[in-house]
Order: sequence, then structure tokens, then C-alpha cells
Amino acid sequence: MAEIIKKATRESFGEALCELAVDNKDIVVLDADLAAATKTGVFGKAFPDRFFDCGIAEGNMIGVAAGMAAAGKIPVAASFAMFATGRAFEQIRNSVAYPGLNVKIAGSHAGISTGEDGATHQCIEDIGIMRTIPNMVVLNPADHWEMKEATKAAIAYDGPVYIRLGRLAIDSFNDPETYSFELGKGITLHEGNDVTVVATGLVVNEALKAVKELEAEGINARLINIHTIKPIDREIISKAARETGRIITVEEHNVVGGLAEAVCEVVTEECPVKVTKIGVQDRFGYSGPAWELLDKFELTQPHIARVIREVVAEGK
Amino acid sequence: MVVTMDSSEIKQLKILAAKARMGAVLGTYHAKSGHPGGSLSAADIFTYLYFKEMKVDPDNPQWEDRDRFVLSKGHCCPSLYAVLSLKGFFDWSELEVLRHVGAMLQGHPDMKGTPGIDMSTGSLGQGVSAACGMALAAKLDNKDYRTYTVLGDGEVEEGQVWEAAMFASHHKLDNLVVIVDQNGLQIDGPVEQVGGIEPLDKKFEAFGFEVIKIDGHDFEQIAAALEKAKTVKGKPTAVLAKTVKGKGVSFMEDQVGWHGVAPNKEQYEQATAELQAEIDRLEGEC
Repeated sequence: MAEIIKKATRESFGEALCELAVDNKDIVVLDADLAAATKTGVFGKAFPDRFFDCGIAEGNMIGVAAGMAAAGKIPVAASFAMFATGRAFEQIRNSVAYPGLNVKIAGSHAGISTGEDGATHQCIEDIGIMRTIPNMVVLNPADHWEMKEATKAAIAYDGPVYIRLGRLAIDSFNDPETYSFELGKGITLHEGNDVTVVATGLVVNEALKAVKELEAEGINARLINIHTIKPIDREIISKAARETGRIITVEEHNVVGGLAEAVCEVVTEECPVKVTKIGVQDRFGYSGPAWELLDKFELTQPHIARVIREVVAEGK
Repeated sequence: MVVTMDSSEIKQLKILAAKARMGAVLGTYHAKSGHPGGSLSAADIFTYLYFKEMKVDPDNPQWEDRDRFVLSKGHCCPSLYAVLSLKGFFDWSELEVLRHVGAMLQGHPDMKGTPGIDMSTGSLGQGVSAACGMALAAKLDNKDYRTYTVLGDGEVEEGQVWEAAMFASHHKLDNLVVIVDQNGLQIDGPVEQVGGIEPLDKKFEAFGFEVIKIDGHDFEQIAAALEKAKTVKGKPTAVLAKTVKGKGVSFMEDQVGWHGVAPNKEQYEQATAELQAEIDRLEGEC
């Protein structure tokens, strides 16, 4: 069992950028006055000549990134998920995605685990917003090791990428010795044929703990980690639908527009099965400590385990 | 600033600009849509940029050291397309299928599909930010290419223009020239009634720009402004170019209604005849 590293994915992201930028001189990083929070500040310290704080002006930041990409750079533009994908949606859509420019957009403090800042800062729509844009790759890594590899893959990929970062320090569950990231490929974390749990991002580890807990009760749930929401791994999802019947999706995002709907789009076309959606149930968040909120919104291990039990008891 | 251009050079530019205007009229007529008014007001600026000012290579549109141009007011691309075609980037016949299904020339500039287009634009306020990014990249790479962008005067109502203006002066982008095509009209009426952008010179000055006010149809003034911009160090330049919307076609001049309406057959023929007469007159003088 690999050592557990407790770290927010935003920190892993900042580290990864610094490592990649040593050899890749084209990487430039832009932030909108949140560098200390998004962790691009680490990059700014290490590579001051390639770091540009654009001030509190997200729309312009995305446009500047587009222009730099058009001139051959690999710009990484970071802000909170809310402002990066919300405020600057149309700049991303028209100045980055339409011309297919090589810009990486990092949205930190995603989901309700942003915590005390409350609803205005708890972005639960970013995956949905980014997923609807043609040309856009959408990544939502689940732990330290996955974030580091996903960042490497995002930089290696030539085109627009949105990558979701979390504020909350979380335990790693992947083993760096065996872990491998392939863009667009889901990862089966636990085998089972009673039901399939498809999870993404910060709550993957909660789902993993839940399916392990249920082993003792004789419930064998398959768990798939979808780190790439778009392009989604159609094969792994349709295969699971065929082999296990029902699917449960788990995400720290609105159940509208996010992983749940992405999974439904696959199964409705390829193997219709009943899909149960664990996530933010189309409502706004509120202030509070992150773990208390995750519990209130029923996104933690006990809640996931309960839903799995209910679904298995109900049958196919 | 004295720029030496003899009268025959100016005459050649005027002929090219008249041809660009014919291209804009031709394109919008065949498209049965598009934006002739602003295309005609900016035609002289586009002509000067591509035929006198910018280092570009039609045989190698992606040349790394080329000067960059971003048409932030993307809807005025018909005359830009005409200028690019006259410069040799693509065939004139493309204008006849402007905005048609499967055509290379889109309703708004598409950098991936059209040689010579450096940035996809169309959503107002965005191009100027991209131009800032290009100018910043040039600085970062120690390259001496310059970046030019043309905005509409209605466009400066967009907040992003001022985010970009702050950014440009903060980063001392003296390799960036922002040209505002001040034709005075926007879709809903005169800019002074709709948006209240004045005093625009004071605004750009307050944002840290060198400001130069010119007649945007006078090639000597355009030349002098762009020459002066090259001598400005440590800050970007804004050229406020007073123009006439619909310039060169009598019945389109200074008419709000010609912002986004295509000429019908009769109007197309009249506009073409007027522009051809102007070309004939200028060539006769040569």
C-alpha cells in the first residue's frame, strides 16, 4: 500500500506546473489575483519571467492567454472555478475553444468543499459549463498523484483543456508506482458486478471507501474513476452498464450538467440502465467547514454506502 | 512626424482602398447579409496596415516574425478579407461566397480557416485582449514584431476593452497599437446617444496610453500616427481615427441603417459603379 499523501489538488497542480516548466520553456502562467489560493503563486516564485498576474479581470486574462497561445506559448490561466468558467465563459468559448487554441484553464476552489466562503464561491456548474463547449477537454483529477499526471497530460495535449482543482486537502489513494493516466480513459478502482459506481474528483476516495466497506456485507460494487469528463470513456461505462446493470454516479457538482448527465448520455445511447445520481441536487451551497458541508450534501462514505445498499436491495 | 509618401503612392493606396470597398460590397451583396457600414469606414486603415505598415508574407501566413493584426470589431471583416485578397493571401472569388455554407470566409474572422487572419474574433471586446497576449509574447521572446488591433467606437462600451487597456499599459506594451475606428454610429444609433464613450482620448490617456487623433481616411495622417507609435517607449499607443461609416458609397455614408444590412442588386450595382468611377478617376490621374 502506497503512502497516503494529504494534499489539496490545487497544490499538486502548482507543483506539477513547476516541474514541467523546467524543460518546457513555452509554459506561461496567468492568474487573476488569486495566485496564493490557486497555487500558481508557487510557479510565479520559481519562474517570475513566465508568470503574469492579470489582476481581477478574468475575461481579459483568458483573452491574453488566447493571444499568447496564438503566438506559440502554452498559457495556463487560473482562477477560482466560479470566475474562470462563469465570468469568462464566453471568452473561453469564443477566443479559446472556437479557434482551438492551446490554452489550459485551471478552476480552483471547485465544488461545495470550498467551504466557508459560501455559495458565491462554491462552483457546482463548471463541469457542465465547460462540457458543453466544442473542442474542450474537461479533467477532474481525484488525488495528488492523479493531478500531477493529469497536469502533465494537459500540457502535452495540443488544444484547450479545463482542469478542476480543489481547495480541500484530501488523502491520496493512488499508488504512484502503478498509476498511469491516459486522457479519456476511466480507471476501474474496484471490481464487482452487483452495481457500478462511477465517481469523479474529490469524492472518488469517499466512493472507494464505501465500496470497500460494503465488501464485508457481501456487496460487490464496481467502482470507476472518471478523471476525464470529456471526452468521456464510453467503453468502460457501457461495458459496466451491460455487466452490472444499474449505475450510481458520484460527483461534487450539480447533478444537472455534470458527470451524471455525461454518464446518462452514454448509457441512453448504448445500454439503457437506471442511473442514480449522488451529487449536489440542483441547489446552492452555503457557508460551513468543508467536511461538514460534504456530509450535509450527502457526498461522504456513509451516504454513498447507504445509496449503494438501497440500489442493490432494489435490484436491477 | 513627417512621413514621406509621394502623391502617386497615396493614389495607389486610394485605389487599393476603393477596391477593398468594392470587395466589401461584393461580399455582403452575395452573402445577402453582413456589415457594410463599418467595413467601409475601416477600409483605409486596413489598406494602409497591409500595404505599407505590416511585415507579412502571403506565401507564409504563419511566418513567426510577422506583424500581427487582430480585428477586434470582427463583423467588419468583409473589407479586411478584400485587403487580404488584394495582398495575395487568397483568391478574390472567395468574396463571392462569403458567408455561404462551406465557404472559407466566415461571417466573422476564423484564424483556423482563413490565411492571413491572426485571431478569431466577432464577440466584441475580446480581440483587444488577444492582441495584448500577442504583444506580451513578442516581449517574452525578444521579438520585434508589432501587434495592431482595430476596435469600433461602439465596441469600447465593452468592459473587457478597459481590462485590456489596463493590462497593456501595466505591462508597458509599446509594441501594441490600438486603433479605434470612430465612425460614430452603432446598431441602435449614434454612439454619443447610445453609449456615451467620450471623452475617449482622456480615457485612453488615463489608462496609460499615448493617444493620437487622426482622420482615419487620410493616409498621411494614418502613416504619421503609426510612425509616431513606433517611437513611443514604455506604453501602448491608441490611435483614435475619425471616420465616416459607409465611406465611399454615397447612400451608405453616415447612415445608422447600413450597419448590418446587405445591399440589394440595385444598390450593389450603384455602389460598385460609384467605386469604379473613383478608381477610374484616380487611375486617370496617375
